[in-house]
Amino acid sequence: MLHTSTDWKKDGASSLKELLGKWLCLLYALVYAGFIFINVASPQFMGIDVGSLNVAIVYGFGLILFAMVLAFIYNQVSTHAEELLNQPEDREEKTA
Amino acid sequence: MNYQASPWAIALFVIFVISVLGISYYFARRTKSAKGFFAAGGNIHWSVNGIAFAGDYLSAASFLGICGMISIAGFDGFLYSIGYLAGWIVALFVVAEPMKRLGKYTFADALDSKFNSKGIQIAAAISTLMVSIFYLIPQMVGAGSLVTPLLGLPHEIGVILVGVIVIIIVATAGMASTTYVQFIKGTMLIVFSLTLVFLVFSRGISTKPDQGGDVPFRGFKTIPVTVSTDKSVALADNSYAVKKMLTFGEGEKQLLFVLLVKDSQETIWKYNTKTNLLEETLYTAKLPNNTTLYNGAPKEQAQFYQVGHMSMIDGKSDAKTGTLDFFSFIEKIKNGVVVRWNKTLLADEGIKYTIYHQNPTLGSEILKPGLKFKVDSAKGASLMDKIDFISLMLALFFGTAALPHILIRYYTVRSPACARKSTIVAIAAIGLFYILTLYMGLGAMVNGVIDLTNDNMSAPLLARSFGIAIFAVISALAFATVLGTVSGLIVAASGAVAHDIMDRFMEKNMNDHDKVKAGKIASVAVGAIAIILGIIFKGMNVSYLVGWAFAIAASANLPAIMMILFWKKTTSRGVFASIVVGLVSALGLILLSQETYTNVYHIINVKALVPINNPAIISVPLSFLTLVVVSLLTQPKEAR
Repeated sequence: MLHTSTDWKKDGASSLKELLGKWLCLLYALVYAGFIFINVASPQFMGIDVGSLNVAIVYGFGLILFAMVLAFIYNQVSTHAEELLNQPEDREEKTA
Repeated sequence: MNYQASPWAIALFVIFVISVLGISYYFARRTKSAKGFFAAGGNIHWSVNGIAFAGDYLSAASFLGICGMISIAGFDGFLYSIGYLAGWIVALFVVAEPMKRLGKYTFADALDSKFNSKGIQIAAAISTLMVSIFYLIPQMVGAGSLVTPLLGLPHEIGVILVGVIVIIIVATAGMASTTYVQFIKGTMLIVFSLTLVFLVFSRGISTKPDQGGDVPFRGFKTIPVTVSTDKSVALADNSYAVKKMLTFGEGEKQLLFVLLVKDSQETIWKYNTKTNLLEETLYTAKLPNNTTLYNGAPKEQAQFYQVGHMSMIDGKSDAKTGTLDFFSFIEKIKNGVVVRWNKTLLADEGIKYTIYHQNPTLGSEILKPGLKFKVDSAKGASLMDKIDFISLMLALFFGTAALPHILIRYYTVRSPACARKSTIVAIAAIGLFYILTLYMGLGAMVNGVIDLTNDNMSAPLLARSFGIAIFAVISALAFATVLGTVSGLIVAASGAVAHDIMDRFMEKNMNDHDKVKAGKIASVAVGAIAIILGIIFKGMNVSYLVGWAFAIAASANLPAIMMILFWKKTTSRGVFASIVVGLVSALGLILLSQETYTNVYHIINVKALVPINNPAIISVPLSFLTLVVVSLLTQPKEAR
C-alpha cells in the first residue's frame, strides 16, 4: 500500500469491529427506511397522538437518540475488543 | 423588513475574529510540515476533533436554513435534521476507522491506497473540488445575506470580509487553526442554542406574542365586503378606497386580492370567499424601475412587520400559557391553531407582487409531514413526488460520510480508535443540536419574529426577541458558522489541488516545504474563487446547492469508498468509472430538473426533462452498478 500510516500497530480487533459496524449500520438503515416508508405511505399515521407528542416527532427524536445509543454501544464493544484482542505491546495507544 | 445593525453584534463579531486570527498566528509558527498543514499534525485530541466535526457540519444550512424552514413549514423542515444526523451512522460504522487506516491527508489517498491509479487520483480530486465548490457557494452567499441585517454592510463587503478572514485562517495554519475555530464555534453553537430553547420555554406561548413586551402584537384586520359576480367590490369600511383587483389562478382555486388605498398608503387584502371578509396581507412590490416597496412603503419606514402567532391555544382565541417544557411546548402547538403565511407571486402592470397571506393551520398538521414535501396522496402527491422525497432522504443518508471536508477530519487524530471516538462525540453533539432545531424553529413560528422576506433569519430574530445580548451572540455565531465551514471546505479543496493533483497525479515530487507552500497558494486561490462565486450568486435561492453537494458526494464518492472496503474484487478502473458516472449522472440529472429550470435558468412553464429534483435515487445505484460491472470486466488475469 502506498499510503499506510505507521502511527499505530496492527489492530487485532478490526474484523470484529467491521462486522459489528456493518450489522449496526444495516439495523439503523432499516429503522430509517421504515421512517421514510411511513412518511410516504401514510402521512396520516405520523399524526397519531403519542402522549403529548405524535408518531412523527417520537419516531424522529427516536432516530436521533437511537443513533446516539448505537454509537455508544459500538464504542463500548470496540474499546473492550481492542483491549482483549490486542497484545499489550501491540495495543494501540490509548488516548481516552 | 428593515434591520438595524447592533453595536453589540459588531463588537462580538470583531472579538471573535480577533481571537480566531490570534489562534491562527499561534498555530502558524508550529505548522511547518505537510502533515501539520493538511492534518493538523495528526495529534488533535478526539474530543476536540468530535466537537470540531460538529462545527464543520453544522453549517449555515443547518443553523439558519433548517430553523427557518421549520418556522415556515413545521415538521418537514425537521426531516432535514433527521436525515443529516442519520448520515453520521454510515460515517461511524462504515467509514471512520478504515478511512483513518488507509489514508494520509485526503480521502483520495484512502481510495487509491490499494491501486496507485492516476485515474482514481484525478477523479477523486475533481469530485472533491466539485462538492466543495457546491458547498462553498451557499455559505458565501449566506455570509453576504447575514452581513446586511447584522452589521449594516452591503452583500459584497460581507462576502469579501468572510473570504479574506477565512483565507488568513487557512493560509496561516491550515487544518490546525481550522480545527480550533470549529471547536470554539461548535461549542458556542450548542450552548447558545440550548439557552435559546430554554428562554422559549420560559416565555410560554401567547395568542398575542409581543416579543417579551418589546414589540406590541399587531393584530390583523378584516373588512366585511360584498363582491358581486362582475367582481365589483363594496366595502363596509368607507375610509378605504378600492384601487384595483389582482387575481391568481383559475376556476375554483382562484385567489382574489384587492389593492386598497388609505391615507395614500396602498395595502393588499385577500378576499375570503367563505367568510366574505377581506383579510390583511403583507406584500412586496417590485416596481419597473427596480425599487421595491414593502407594504406600500420604502423599507426604512418599517411597514413590513414580523409575523408568526397562534390564533387558538387549547380552544381559546385569547390565551397565554405559563412556562413550558420539551413535551408541553409541542402539546400546546399540536392542540392549537397556528397562523402560517402562504406566498403568492403575481405580476400586474409591470409590477411584480409577492403577497403573503394568512393560512391558519391546525397544529396537528404542522407537526406531521406534508406542508413542504408532497407525500400525502390525499393532498395530490403523485408517485414521482414521493420518489423525489425518498431520493432526498437517501442523499442525506449516504452523502454525509462522503463529504470531503468531513472525511479529512479523520486525519487530524492519532489513531483509528480516536477517529471512532471523535465520530461518537460528533453524533452526540450534532444529535443534541438537531433536536434543538425543532424547538427553535417552532419557537420562531409562534413568537411573532418571522421575517417573511427572509426566513433564514428566523433563529437570529427569535434570539433578538429575548434581548440584544443574546441576539449579538447568536449573530456573531451565525458568522462564525460560515467562517468555520468555509475554512474546512477550503482546506479540503486545497488538499485536493496540492496533494492529490500536483503531488500525486502530476508527480511533482514536492518536498514537505513545497507541499505546504502549494497548499497555501491553493487555499488563497480557492478562497478567491469562493469570494467571486459568493458575489455572482447574490440574491439567488441557493439553499438547494447544499442538497446538490450531498447528492454528488453520495453518488460519486460513497459507492467507491464502500466497495473498496467491503468488496475484494473492486478494481481501480471500477472505482474510476464509478466516481465519473456518479459525478456526471448526479450533476446531469440536477441540471435537467424542474427546480433548476425554475430557479436557475428562470424558464417558466416548461416541463423539465427529468421528473425529479433529487437525483440520488438514480445516480447512487447507477454508480454502484458501474463499479461492479467495470470491476468484473477488468479483473486481473489470475483472478478470472
